[in-house]
Amino acid sequence: MIQVKDLYKSFGDLQVLKDINVEVKEQEVVCVIGPSGSGKSTFLRCLNLLEEVTSGEVWIEDENIADPSVNINQLRTKVGMVFQHFNLFPHKTVLENVTIGPIKVKGEAKEKADIEAVSLLEKVGLADKANDYPRSLSGGQKQRVAIARALAMNPRVMLFDEPTSALDPELVGDVLAVMKDLAKEGMTMVVVTHEMGFAREVGDRVIFMDEGYMIEEGDPEQIFNDPQHSRTQAFLSKIL
Amino acid sequence: MHDLIEHLMELTTSPHWGGVLPYLIEGIQITLYITFIGVFFGLILGIVTGLARLSKSKIIYGLATCYIEVIRGTPILVQVLFIYFALADFFGITFDHLTAGIIAIAINAGAYVAEIVRGGVASIDKGQMEAGRSIGLSSFQTMRYIIWPQALKRMIPPLGNQFIISLKDTSLFAVISTGEAVFMGRQYVATTGVYFEPYFMMGLVYLSITIPCMIILRAYERKLDV
Ligand SMILES: Nc1ncnc2c1ncn2[C@@H]1O[C@H](COP(=O)(O)OP(=O)(O)O)[C@@H](O)[C@H]1O
Ligand SMILES: [Mg+2]
Repeated sequence: MIQVKDLYKSFGDLQVLKDINVEVKEQEVVCVIGPSGSGKSTFLRCLNLLEEVTSGEVWIEDENIADPSVNINQLRTKVGMVFQHFNLFPHKTVLENVTIGPIKVKGEAKEKADIEAVSLLEKVGLADKANDYPRSLSGGQKQRVAIARALAMNPRVMLFDEPTSALDPELVGDVLAVMKDLAKEGMTMVVVTHEMGFAREVGDRVIFMDEGYMIEEGDPEQIFNDPQHSRTQAFLSKIL
Repeated sequence: MHDLIEHLMELTTSPHWGGVLPYLIEGIQITLYITFIGVFFGLILGIVTGLARLSKSKIIYGLATCYIEVIRGTPILVQVLFIYFALADFFGITFDHLTAGIIAIAINAGAYVAEIVRGGVASIDKGQMEAGRSIGLSSFQTMRYIIWPQALKRMIPPLGNQFIISLKDTSLFAVISTGEAVFMGRQYVATTGVYFEPYFMMGLVYLSITIPCMIILRAYERKLDV
């Protein structure tokens, strides 16, 4: 599904990703952990070309998106993204936030997009908020709308960049529950997260990143109970 | 002291209040005409050059920046004299009074509008562009449906302000005899030799337009805040 080969990414002189090689299989949930500044967000953003790849290959299904000839807008409909700070469109209602993609990108009729959006909002437990504006929602509700907005494009993969880091602790659970449901339905997911409970319970695999390198990867039990690398051990001892 | 009171008493019965009014009413219509048409074209010019300032192309950015800095760095009086007299003198390009005034307002307001547009668009969180792009909208679509509507709301108060500034700037066009309010008031002064009532009245006529504008703008800003 996703295959990353020898990925490097620099901002000017600053090398942020070094020699990243990752494979994500269909229906797999991969969690990325690591200290702040280690390149987790940049890695995720290379997967939907919010950042330009400096060198290497990033295959999404049968397309190398690092190839400059790729149709970026087309690609992004296949790869949904959820941001730490939600980034909902404040001037649009919850429903419009969800339907704008299908209507403007896929050219769907409004009626059809509305129906699909309502069923997505039901799925994230917010159908009753369809006509509200984002400002009247809690952080957890905003993030669930953001998930529905990404799902509306029928993506093949969903990327989550610390989706619960900006939330009050009591609101985290609702968002994680929606993500768990998605995983159960077989959505392929790459999740940057500090929620070790989620990584353990839902993750098929955990990747530990530090200073732009993928230091270690393995199944959650192994990474959390028996980390091989000293940097992984040091990181986990700090946060667990 | 006694003299002053007597003087003020005379003013209350002066015929010049009413005398100058028809002149000013005729003039202010021309003022408004120059302002509306000038600001309309200034808006178009400003939106185009303001967006050009956000362009990645160095040439487009450079051209827009030159225009904006030249206009903002010179007085509008110099600009209108240049358009009306200098172009005619050197290139033989002539405009009638009104057209010269409208062009001056348009290019002058355009430079300030450009900065308002650039600032408004730049003030929108960059996460909005990323969110738009991440669902597959093109950069143009994201600008049009996501960034612009939000930026426009924030641009309206400074644009309203610019309208008021341009309206007042037209008064300088008395020097090229466009027939706007100041020019007309001065005609009355020239024929009667009376100064106080015509100039006082002139101020009031401007205020009768600018104060309602300012009240509307304040109300809009308050609504934006909540
Ligand atoms: N647009 C950018 N320009 C320059 N440096 C950046 C940019 N984005 C991220 N970085 C740098 O790249 C490094 C990795 O950042 P990031 O991927 O956000 O890490 P993480 O998500 O793991 O906290 C940091 O040192 C950060 O300062
Ligand atoms: Mg990050």
